[in-house]
Amino acid sequence: MSVTAQITPLEALHSRMSREFAIRKWRALAIPAAVLLYLTYIFFAFDMPGIAARARPENAAILLGDFWSYKTHVTRENKSGEVTVAVEGERKGTYPMGTAPGWVALGEDTAITLPDGSAIRYRADGDVMLSVSGYGEIVARVDGRKVTLELPTAEPPNWMSISRTRVNIDRGTWRFALTPSKAETFRYETGWELFFFTFDSPFADKSWGELAALALWGERVDPALPNIAAMARDFWNNKMWRHGDVFWALGETVLMAFLGTMGAGMIAFPLAFLAASNFTPARALRIGLRRMFDLFRGVDGLIWTVILSRAFGPGPLTGSLAILMTDTGTFGKTFSEALENIDQKQTEGVASTGANALQRARFGVIPQIAPVILSQLLYYLESNTRSATVIGALVGGGIGLLLTQAIITQKDWEEVCYYIVLIVAMVMAMDSFSGWLRRKFIKG
Amino acid sequence: MTDATAIDTTGYLALVRRKRLYGTLLLAVFAALMASGFYVADDRNAGGFFDGLHRIFDFPAEIFSEAFQNWRNLPGLFLKFIPSLIETLNIAAVSTLFGALLAMAMALLSTRGLALWPRLTPLFRRMMDVMRAVPEIVIALVLIFLLGGGPVPAMIAIAFHTTGALGKLFSEVAENADTKPVEGLASVGGNWVQRMWFGVLPQVAPNWSSYALLRFEINIRASAILGFVGSGGIGYDLKTALQWGQGKYDQVVAIFALLFLTIMIVDHFSDRARARLVKGGRRA
Repeated sequence: MSVTAQITPLEALHSRMSREFAIRKWRALAIPAAVLLYLTYIFFAFDMPGIAARARPENAAILLGDFWSYKTHVTRENKSGEVTVAVEGERKGTYPMGTAPGWVALGEDTAITLPDGSAIRYRADGDVMLSVSGYGEIVARVDGRKVTLELPTAEPPNWMSISRTRVNIDRGTWRFALTPSKAETFRYETGWELFFFTFDSPFADKSWGELAALALWGERVDPALPNIAAMARDFWNNKMWRHGDVFWALGETVLMAFLGTMGAGMIAFPLAFLAASNFTPARALRIGLRRMFDLFRGVDGLIWTVILSRAFGPGPLTGSLAILMTDTGTFGKTFSEALENIDQKQTEGVASTGANALQRARFGVIPQIAPVILSQLLYYLESNTRSATVIGALVGGGIGLLLTQAIITQKDWEEVCYYIVLIVAMVMAMDSFSGWLRRKFIKG
Repeated sequence: MTDATAIDTTGYLALVRRKRLYGTLLLAVFAALMASGFYVADDRNAGGFFDGLHRIFDFPAEIFSEAFQNWRNLPGLFLKFIPSLIETLNIAAVSTLFGALLAMAMALLSTRGLALWPRLTPLFRRMMDVMRAVPEIVIALVLIFLLGGGPVPAMIAIAFHTTGALGKLFSEVAENADTKPVEGLASVGGNWVQRMWFGVLPQVAPNWSSYALLRFEINIRASAILGFVGSGGIGYDLKTALQWGQGKYDQVVAIFALLFLTIMIVDHFSDRARARLVKGGRRA
């Protein structure tokens, strides 16, 4: 009797279990299948096959090369015979007249020594002699409006491209180009050029040892300033890298995040009391406020930036107001939820001593919600530092603006790299700073 | 006895006074920071705060009045922008998917007690820190240079950031997971993947999905913004409509409305789904 009584439920149990297992097995297959199907759709919706056609791998080479190397141009104007040496061919990176790096010998002829053992000589009579290591001697000549070549071999090698008016030689670590108007040699070197001082500073082209000596006991280069201060000044005003402007921009970005987050907290805090059911009995007011918070949150930061930049113009203030708008909505929601979850006993205790509403809030409520609010604020401060970079690019302020400008010119990739490093460092610093503050305040 | 209590209260009151002083000082520093920060930001802005304040509603009024005049266009415009809205949503969804998958691996590899290579946990943690710190726009812009425009750069950029952000949260959840099932699986010879798949994943799945949903909400916004700087989706349409300026404001309004509605709807449903996931209110 008892045996049969046990068997029936067991069978029922068994059939239920196996049904559940079947469902689980189905789900285990169906979910990956659905994901796969979705990804197949995405593959075509995003035109992945077309990516290969649109991708420009040569840009990757430029970008990676530029990230950690730079080139120096040695240029001769064929008409005047004038030779200039300039880093990246830029005016602000030009060596002063009559000076050149060690591998360029100026004089009647200009002799250039290249890293792979090759050498180039711009001769006073206008010819260019190239001795390419592993190949031989080349003479390149401008003849009226065309360019002629004398090669040691019958066929030109594949690293050389020749047309009537142009010769290009690309040997990896250096390049050479000759046109009727000018002869140009490019030598690639690792590092970020002129990162500390440009040539208009007396400290340019000095070694670390020399700089240390100058800073500590050397004669004043600029009689008005101690050397170390002059160095700081020249570094800060570096024309090529504009360190001063870059640090201002970083500061602007942090400022946007700080003003936006804290301003939003200050606005949302009193409003949260009005939106919490245990403080505001008026249902209409509460619901209205909640909907307003939803509206502020739902109108994306993108929309706020568009609207606000029409009113305030580009700049950091617009960015911080855009952050403020979105976060007021977020904080209003989370703060009022925190307020609804407080323990009433503490408030009642304070009330029993005869405290009025303000005192009840100050001593009964705030001590309970302060940690929640503070950790929210700090968390958003950190995350908004990152958003401020993006918003800065949209509203035209801070490091985001510099970054987009540098990327759009598609030239100064080393500067892009510099900004990226600084942005990552800034966000990580804010991250650990807000973590430190949180531990300090919430534990203590 | 009475002496002792007297001493106690003076000490306490001194402490309270000092705490209040610190609090006031902190508040003063904060107020000074806010004021000077506002002053600097106002100074460096093209238009001043007080000059612009009364103009805040000028632009919305302008676009909405124009859209109101051409209200007949709006349904057509909604339809016109639906494909780019779907593209924006797709970017967000795919990047959340890939980001979450990568974050799962990264999180398990960087959680103490679960990691496959315990010595490498700090390395994976630092990697996630860096991934989290890189703003999406940086990667997106560089990739637009390499891959041309379109949704793929935005997708990769958002997925990269998502991996870092979710990885940290996932790892915090996994840290609290019960290790007994893992030990049990280890005792019957389960390898690392099996231990994680059958021992950890069932425990953390609800919380992980909840975080992934939250991230999806954030990624929709990010994907709209990245469209604005040149990679497909509704942000790009908004940019072109704004560049046309007057006469196309009905388009701007249509895009605003679509974006707003989408965000509200997704927020609403994901809020509910998350509540169900975390509070365990699933089918009884």
